[in-house]
Amino acid sequence: MRLVRLIFGTTEGAVGAVLLSLLVFIALFAPVLSPGDPLDIAGPPLLHPFSMARLPLGTDSLGRDVLAGIIHGTRTSLTVGLAAAFAAIAVGVCVGLAAGFSGGLVDEALMRVVDAFQILPGFLLALALVSVAGASLPVVVLAIALGAWAAPARLMRAQVLSIRERDYVAAARVTGMHPLEIAVKEILPNALPPVLTLAAVIVAAAILTESALSFLGLGDPNIVTWGTMIAEGRNVLRSAPFLSVLPGLALVVTVITVYLVGEGVTQALAEGKAGQVDRQGPTA
Amino acid sequence: MTAALRLIRRRLATSIPVLLIVIVLTFVLLEFSSGDAVDAYLVSIGGGDPAVAANLRHAYGLDQSHLARLWLYLSSLARLDLGWSVAFERPVADLIVERLPNTLLLMGSATALAFGLGTSFGIVAGARPESATDRVISTVSLILYAIPGFWLGLVLNIVFAVKLRWLPSAGLETIASGRTGWARMLDIAMHLALPVGTLAAIYMALFMRVMRASMAEVWRLDFVTFARAKGLSHRRIVLRHVARNALLPLVTMLGLQSAAMLGGSVVIESIFAIPGFGRLAQEAVTQRDTPLLLGIILTSAVLVIVVNLLLDLVYALLDPRLQPSDRSA
Repeated sequence: MRLVRLIFGTTEGAVGAVLLSLLVFIALFAPVLSPGDPLDIAGPPLLHPFSMARLPLGTDSLGRDVLAGIIHGTRTSLTVGLAAAFAAIAVGVCVGLAAGFSGGLVDEALMRVVDAFQILPGFLLALALVSVAGASLPVVVLAIALGAWAAPARLMRAQVLSIRERDYVAAARVTGMHPLEIAVKEILPNALPPVLTLAAVIVAAAILTESALSFLGLGDPNIVTWGTMIAEGRNVLRSAPFLSVLPGLALVVTVITVYLVGEGVTQALAEGKAGQVDRQGPTA
Repeated sequence: MTAALRLIRRRLATSIPVLLIVIVLTFVLLEFSSGDAVDAYLVSIGGGDPAVAANLRHAYGLDQSHLARLWLYLSSLARLDLGWSVAFERPVADLIVERLPNTLLLMGSATALAFGLGTSFGIVAGARPESATDRVISTVSLILYAIPGFWLGLVLNIVFAVKLRWLPSAGLETIASGRTGWARMLDIAMHLALPVGTLAAIYMALFMRVMRASMAEVWRLDFVTFARAKGLSHRRIVLRHVARNALLPLVTMLGLQSAAMLGGSVVIESIFAIPGFGRLAQEAVTQRDTPLLLGIILTSAVLVIVVNLLLDLVYALLDPRLQPSDRSA
């Protein structure tokens, strides 16, 4: 609760949290806000925005409702972004914990794999996986996560290495705690917070990667995404630029929102820590 | 000089296992893709009977075990043979050698522009943290950071190529114009202005933010307080003491970013129709040419390793405190 108050205390956090609640609301209630399939034909083709009350943002070259597409696209963007970031952080935390805690040859081998994934351009890897396994939502999530887990893994390992030698871990070892229990109960909770501050950047990058994949025609063809809308609008760019511009603006707003929330959380965590130090008095 | 040689040797030693992992990974992807080169060949010549297919598979070693084929793959890579592109009916290596210079030109100019402008704006913003200038620059960098590259490319294209008609909208140079020398270079520069501008704007945001954050760290250090106590001017402290020390993390980031930049070239090259490496990757995907795509991935991995090695040397030159032996991966 204290953390939530601190997040709202920062300008970035407050603006980000309000915008994020709005986006989550749109994503959750998309079927209520815009009933029916957004891929259905809703009116005459290439209707410009604000020319018909029933279709406020106009229609695309096939006569599909642009507003409906943007509302349902919110759902895709947030789902893919959050799912991919969750998968990437989960894998990264497990690998980093295993590498840092076991050390030696296991550490060496795991870190070389991390190196390999940091050297490979994530977007090319995602392209390859989607083109090999076929474009569907789970594959897209997996493809994005594949290019994003290396950074959290590296950070987690560094955290584990610095915590491993602390007194309370030594104490747990002396009391005869099983190494696995030490890793999960003592090290994991203390090593996690800095890794979680990476989450916002990973979510933002995942949303952008998803849009780029679907822009290139590698998204799930049965789902509305902003990237696909931009790509389809490209064919009529000269006569109806709004078809590409509007979903692009939606993307920009979403990524800024995610980033602001992340900034708020980071500042709140730093302040929370500073507050604790103040209460304990000067430590140095 | 011997230190630099030792650094190169050390880097190469750690790069080889990493490269092997990348190769195995691409091999696994190749194995999982449905259909092999023989299927693609038979489709392209209009079908054939199973006996022909079996013969071809035997001839190319496609009927052997996974492990044997991995060995075959490795040994052909050792001979710099990246395989055969089914879509272009040419060796993959030739295609890559042909397309790579265009991408290097695009990425090189974009990176130079982004690094130069990004650090300059970062220094201006970081010179007086929390000032009005700082807030404006930080807000602009946040918006640039959030813009998808392909969308910015499209919007700039509408404005400058379609509406204003100042710049050409696609391609690397005017086709069959017969230009040579300076005229040709100017033509290429005009064509590259929009794609380079787009990429530079996106990456500039990152350099700006990192430079500003890095300067904020340095401001807190003791030697800055000392410089102030000596009575040095604000300008001198900012440029000679703070900015100079804050620059080092940016060099590290340049290396980490190089992989992301190669990935980002795919969409930009496909929007501006530049016959480069990224567009080749997209063509490989649309034509289901897996060997070509994997050749591209392998080449980019090698490229990123080389870039990081070069940056390590730059880093060692910039920061004499850093002995190469101190830098473990």
